[in-house]
Amino acid sequence: MRVARLASEIDFTSWRAAARTLRAEGVAPQAVVWTVERELFDLAPPSPTPAPASAHFTVPAAFVELAEQVILHRAPDRLALLYRILWRLEREPRLIDNPADPDMARARDMAKAVSRASHKMKAFVRFRLIEGAVGSRSAETYAAWFEPAHRVTEATAPFFVRRFTNLDWTILTPDACVAWDRERLTVSEGADPADAPSEDAQEELWRTYYASIFNPARLNPRQMRQEMPKRYWRNLPEAALIPDLIETAQERAAAMVAARPSKPPERKLKAALRHARDASYDGSLPTSLDDVAAGVEVCRRCDLWRDATQGVPGEGAPKAALMFVGEQPGDQEDLAGRPFVGPAGQMFDRALAEAGVPRDRTFVTNAVKHFKHEPRGKRRLHRTPDRGEVTACRWWLDAERRLVKPRVIVMLGATAALGVMGKPTPIGANRGKALQLSGQARGVVTYHPAFLLRVPDEEARARAYAEFVQDLRLAGELAGV
Amino acid sequence: MAVLDLRRKLAILSDAAKYDASCASSGAEKRTSVGGQGMGSTEGMGICHAYAPDGRCISLLKILLTNFCIYDCAYCINRVSSNTPRARFSVKEVVDLTLNFYKRNYIEGLFLSSGVIRTGDYTMEEMVRVAKSLRLDHDFRGYIHLKLIPEASPELAAEAGLYADRVSINIELPRDDSLAALAPEKSPTDIKRAMGRMRLAIDDHAEPARRAGRRSFARSQSTQLIVGADAAKDGDILARSANLYGAYRLGRVYYSAFSPIPDASHRLPLARPPLLREHRLYQADWLMRFYGFTRPEIVAEGEDLDLSVDPKTGWALKNRASFPVDVQTADKETLLRVPGLGAKAVERILAARKVTRLTLDDLKRVGAVLKRARAFVVTADWTPGALADRDSLRAALVQPQQLSLF
Ligand code: SF4
Repeated sequence: MRVARLASEIDFTSWRAAARTLRAEGVAPQAVVWTVERELFDLAPPSPTPAPASAHFTVPAAFVELAEQVILHRAPDRLALLYRILWRLEREPRLIDNPADPDMARARDMAKAVSRASHKMKAFVRFRLIEGAVGSRSAETYAAWFEPAHRVTEATAPFFVRRFTNLDWTILTPDACVAWDRERLTVSEGADPADAPSEDAQEELWRTYYASIFNPARLNPRQMRQEMPKRYWRNLPEAALIPDLIETAQERAAAMVAARPSKPPERKLKAALRHARDASYDGSLPTSLDDVAAGVEVCRRCDLWRDATQGVPGEGAPKAALMFVGEQPGDQEDLAGRPFVGPAGQMFDRALAEAGVPRDRTFVTNAVKHFKHEPRGKRRLHRTPDRGEVTACRWWLDAERRLVKPRVIVMLGATAALGVMGKPTPIGANRGKALQLSGQARGVVTYHPAFLLRVPDEEARARAYAEFVQDLRLAGELAGV
Repeated sequence: MAVLDLRRKLAILSDAAKYDASCASSGAEKRTSVGGQGMGSTEGMGICHAYAPDGRCISLLKILLTNFCIYDCAYCINRVSSNTPRARFSVKEVVDLTLNFYKRNYIEGLFLSSGVIRTGDYTMEEMVRVAKSLRLDHDFRGYIHLKLIPEASPELAAEAGLYADRVSINIELPRDDSLAALAPEKSPTDIKRAMGRMRLAIDDHAEPARRAGRRSFARSQSTQLIVGADAAKDGDILARSANLYGAYRLGRVYYSAFSPIPDASHRLPLARPPLLREHRLYQADWLMRFYGFTRPEIVAEGEDLDLSVDPKTGWALKNRASFPVDVQTADKETLLRVPGLGAKAVERILAARKVTRLTLDDLKRVGAVLKRARAFVVTADWTPGALADRDSLRAALVQPQQLSLF
């Protein structure tokens, strides 16, 4: 039987040295007893016989990471378990990749308990202000007493350094104490609860907050205990309130249910009414572009408003000679509330510039004013509006046509053509010529810029784009802009 | 009028904040107080500093700046017609409380909301002042979440984004028509429009900030839906969520079972909050976000979720033909659809099966819930065989202990 000694419960360096020697010497896990002898700490660190040259074997980095966590667990058999895994790794190198192996599963559970203990330490340390602390260079010095579930104090201290770099603080625990003086972290022997301050003036406020933020109608103490195990309660100033809060919760919730609503003061109701908005759509013909914008916002002529952010009315020069009609707002247009701002809008702008048509002298709108789409994961997929929706929305397009009175209307794509002409109009057969529309206006049909973005073949795309620019130029000439 | 002391104000203004479900402090960019004058850090994952007897986590100082409000939303304790005690914090009081609590490690930061006083802009301005003072005067690097007032001007919302890690706008009711009935002064379009603007702003800032390697804007937004105050079905609620996630890239949609409030309006159901329903909605939401389910697969519009089984088991029972699944060979997407296998267990199965042929015991060790999984899987030592007869299987999987949530 071999005895391996560590200087402290969490002394990973000596564990590693000892384990390396034992394994190199072929000492089987059953033949090792692991002990910790703290008194050695003051005398001299244990010096395991240096490992023979053949001891230089490698283990997966994942094992070292796991072992560094596991050694912080309080279970006495953790050292033996780690050595057993190390031992087995020689014959079963893929053991480390098998989360279903019983030894690996147990080590993982221990590591998980350790990381949970560290997490709870981050959560449940409660600092108390030490007023006028002697010898401190800082105006404020804080100290806390904490009892971690596993030996995580040293490992968790850097978290508090990162968070409270500019304060002086100490965390006392039964295992070890850590102190930060805004420059250095010092570790010392475990302490006694009496060494920590016993109260803080803010605790009264904190308890007030704790008691008020809780909803008695949702009482669920089991879940609370699961997340905030009772072992920590002793050192949480708010925990003393728990029994009473639980006991009175049912009664408070019942009282809320039983109480009749009281009558609100007349004056307040009047004030409330003043603020009520009446946004109902009254159906009379819009007489200005502002009317159109307001009407689109509350329009319920078809169902598309439901899932869209907002109606997107047309915008541009109010008396433009040239009007562009697209299909419908896209994702970006729906969010921004403006037509043609997304990728298709940018492509449109570029083509307009190439055709020599200044956008600010035109009016740009869509056949359908709300974004039709379908949710797919975290995205929205565009869907083409159907004939019913285009027809419903013509009410607004017609109003815009009537108010702007353009000389030329460019229909971008089939849906736009349907909206303007009121009947399906194939693009291929009609593009490139001036069509006659009702009421003196001329019409030009062409591609939708989004279509140009989607043509897969590069050559075909370039050709379509050139045709598009040509159509825009024709429209510009017809309108005289 | 008597001046309220700080403690009384805190009691009133945190009591008024307790109906807001969101509390999370995760998703902030990582930062520490190293090299600064102040304090605070965020490490990506939030920390719950306490749990209240309702089982909910306390990670932030969640308060209202004031619970005075000019509006009269029926479901809200702060509505103008409610006879609840009123209070108002000064900007400095909120700043001091946050700093004092933070130094003692009670909280991760601040969640500030408010009733609307005078105008949306006036109220929003005050809230922004709190965040600005924390960040600029005190170099506070902890978490800040601001609840936006939807009708406040876009400039103010954008300024809020400069100081907050997350912003939210509560849409509250899953259906626009119920919003119109219960909160007549709120416009669903205003709310959606504000969310849309915020998403554009977050997107705009994300790229340059990433390149510069520093924070410059809120990372995400979230919202809350109240469950059980109106007649909306679970299918409608989840459809709304799917729409919100897609349209505004929300970090989270919170579901809050409507709970009775003191001095409630007579237009509302005064009953115990439907907590189990809320729980099922979170499960379904989770399936949509992390397990590749679409809303129609889970529940149809106009229908409710089955309360007696979790939605994944419910789906499996309706799709018996897709099972059993061989854990040794099935692909990841398929494994994720097996009841009792969470994302972690699936990861571990994928790793372990390269090394070994998995048994039922192995499944248990990687964290599977065998009680739910066994009827749906094939392992080296197990095939479910005829166990899968539908009706008896359903009966076996119904979990009566879930009801003890109440
Ligand atoms: S798409 Fe047009 S018709 Fe349909 S709701 Fe919107 S504005 Fe009204």
